Amino acid sequence: MAILVIAEHDNQSLKAATKNAVTAAAKIGGEIHVLVAGSGCANAAAEAAKLAGVAKVKVADAAHYADQTAENIAALVVANAAGYSHIVAPATTNGKNFAPRVAALLDVAQISDIVGVESADTFVRPIYAGNALATVQSADTVKVITVRTTGFEAVAEGGSAAVEAIAAGPDLGKSKLVSRELTKSERPELTAAKIIVSGGRGLGNGENYKTLLEPLADKLGAALGASRAAVDAGFVPNDYQVGQTGKIVAPQLYIAIGISGAIQHLAGMKDSKVIVAINKDPEAPIFQVADYGLVADLFEVVPQLAAAV
Amino acid sequence: MKVLVPVKRVVDYNVKVRVKSDGTGVDIANVKMSMNPFDEIAVEEAVRLKEAGIASEVIVVSAGVAGCQETLRTAMAIGADRGILIESDADLQPLAVAKLIKAVADKEQPQVVIFGKQAIDDDSNQTGQMFAALQGWPQATFASKVVIADGKATVTREVDGGLETLEMALPAVVTTDLRLNEPRYATLPNIMKAKKKPLETVKPEDLGVDVAPRLKTLKVAEPAKRQAGVKVADVADLVSKLKNEAKVI
Ligand SMILES: Cc1cc2nc3c(=O)[nH]c(=O)nc-3n(C[C@H](O)[C@H](O)[C@H](O)COP(=O)(O)OP(=O)(O)OC[C@H]3O[C@@H](n4cnc5c(N)ncnc54)[C@H](O)[C@@H]3O)c2cc1C
Repeated sequence: MAILVIAEHDNQSLKAATKNAVTAAAKIGGEIHVLVAGSGCANAAAEAAKLAGVAKVKVADAAHYADQTAENIAALVVANAAGYSHIVAPATTNGKNFAPRVAALLDVAQISDIVGVESADTFVRPIYAGNALATVQSADTVKVITVRTTGFEAVAEGGSAAVEAIAAGPDLGKSKLVSRELTKSERPELTAAKIIVSGGRGLGNGENYKTLLEPLADKLGAALGASRAAVDAGFVPNDYQVGQTGKIVAPQLYIAIGISGAIQHLAGMKDSKVIVAINKDPEAPIFQVADYGLVADLFEVVPQLAAAV
Repeated sequence: MKVLVPVKRVVDYNVKVRVKSDGTGVDIANVKMSMNPFDEIAVEEAVRLKEAGIASEVIVVSAGVAGCQETLRTAMAIGADRGILIESDADLQPLAVAKLIKAVADKEQPQVVIFGKQAIDDDSNQTGQMFAALQGWPQATFASKVVIADGKATVTREVDGGLETLEMALPAVVTTDLRLNEPRYATLPNIMKAKKKPLETVKPEDLGVDVAPRLKTLKVAEPAKRQAGVKVADVADLVSKLKNEAKVI
C-alpha cells in the first residue's frame, strides 16, 4: 500500500498544510510519496523531501502547473494514481478545488475534511458545521481524501526522501489565471498562528478594526481573523473569515472581540486551546465556549488589553 | 444560453441539529428545512444573468425526496423558469448527484451550471467539481464575482490567500461563495407565480444512473463539548489568568 500526498506550495516553498496531510497519511499507514506539481518548484520539492516519513517526492515541473488550475492538477494526479491506495490533500481552498475532480475521474467517492483516521478505510469527519462527527467507511479501491489541518499535528523534519522528476501531462488549457490579489501581511498565517485576535460586527467599521485590533495583535505576535459579518461589511478581506465556510483554526489562544458566536463561527474556532471572548452582551453564545469571558464594551477594554500584555 | 442550477434541501442554517442517541445520524424529524444558502446565492446569480439578458432560461434541479419540490418552488419564486426533481429516497452522495446532474445537463445543454460551493449539512464541498470533471469542463469554485461575455466566464474566486480571477471558455461550472450576491426575498406574487411554473419529476433509473452510496456511515457522534469557563472581572484579571493559569501569553 502506498499513499500519494499532494503538496500545497507556492512554487518557492512548501505550505504548512502539507505537513498536516503527511501526518494523516502516516496514520493511515503505508509508504508515503509526495507529489509536487508546479513551475520552478525545486525548492518546494526539496522541502517536501525533508519531511519525516516521506519515502519519495515526485516532481512535475511545467509552466502550466504554476497557477495550480484544478483541471491540469487533477489530470496529472489521475495519470499518476496507479499503485496508490490513497490520494491525500490538505483541505485548503486549493485541495478542495482539485480533489473532488480527481475522485470523479477515478469514479470514487471523495472524503472531505477528515479529522481522524480509524483504519485504512474508515475516517472521522465533521458534518453540520461540526455539530456532529461522522465515522465513514469507504468501499472504493482508491480513497481520495482531504485533511482538515487542525485535526493532525504537523509532521517534523528529519527525512531525506529521493526526489524524482516525472513527466508533466498536457496543458488542457481549460482555465487561465487572469490575476491574483493576495493579502499581504507581515503577520503569521491565520491557519498556522499560535494566537489569533478576531473581530466581529461589534467593531462597527474597518477603521475601528484596524485601530483597536492591530496594536493588540502586534503586541501578541498574533494573526488577525474575523467573523463573516465583519468580512461582509468590508472591515477586512475575505481571507480573514473564520468559520464553517471560511478558515478552520485551532490556535493556542483565540480572542473573539465583538463576535456573538453563531454556530457557523464556532465551527471554525471551537477547537482552539484557550478561547477569550470580549462582548458587551452577557448572553452572547460565544461565552458558552469561552474559557475566559469579559463582559465589557470593547472600545474601552481592548486598548487596555493591548497596553497590559 | 441556458443556465442550470442544482439546489439541495437541507436543515435550515438556524437549526442546531441533535445527534440521535443511537448514533445512527442526526435527528431531522420535524426540523425546519430550507434551500442550502449557497444554492440560493446560485439561483440569484442565474436569475440576474437572465435579467441582464445574458441567460435565456434558468432551470433548477434538485435530487432527493419528494419534499425537494418545495425547494424547487422557492427557487422558481426567486425567478427560475422551471424545475426538475430527481426523486429518490436513497442516501445520495456527491458523486451520485454529480452523475444525476450530468444526465440532466446532457439533455438540457446548459452553457453554465452554477452550484453552491458546499451544502451545510454534509459540508462536503465536492459536487460542482465532480460534475465539472465528469463533463470535462472548466471550473471556478468559491466565486465572489461572475462576468459572462463573449462565450467566456471571468470569475473571481475566494482563496486562502485572498482573491484570484480565472477566465474560462463556456460551457463551464461555477460554485458560489457567500459574497457573490445577496439573494432577494421572494415576493408573494412571485411565490404564487412559481406554483404554476413547470416542474418535471424523474427517477435516477430513468436517467440510467447508479446512485448506490460509496461511503457507509458507521456512526455519528456528538463532538466533545467545550465547558463554558469563567467570567473575568476586568482586563487585569484576564491578563493574569492568561499568563499564570492558561500560560498562553
Ligand atoms: C451558509 C452560512 C455560512 C456562514 N458561515 C460563516 C462563517 O464561516 N463564519 C462566520 O463567522 N459566520 C458565518 N455565517 C454567519 C453567522 O451566521 C453570523 O451571522 C456571523 O458569524 C455573525 O457575525 P458577528 O458575530 O460578527 O455579528 P453579530 O452576530 O451581529 O454579533 C456582534 C456582537 O458584537 C457585540 N458587540 C456590539 N458592540 C459591542 C461593543 N461595543 N463591545 C462589545 N461587544 C459588542 C454584540 O453584543 C454581538 O454579540 C454563516 C451564515 C450562513 C447562513
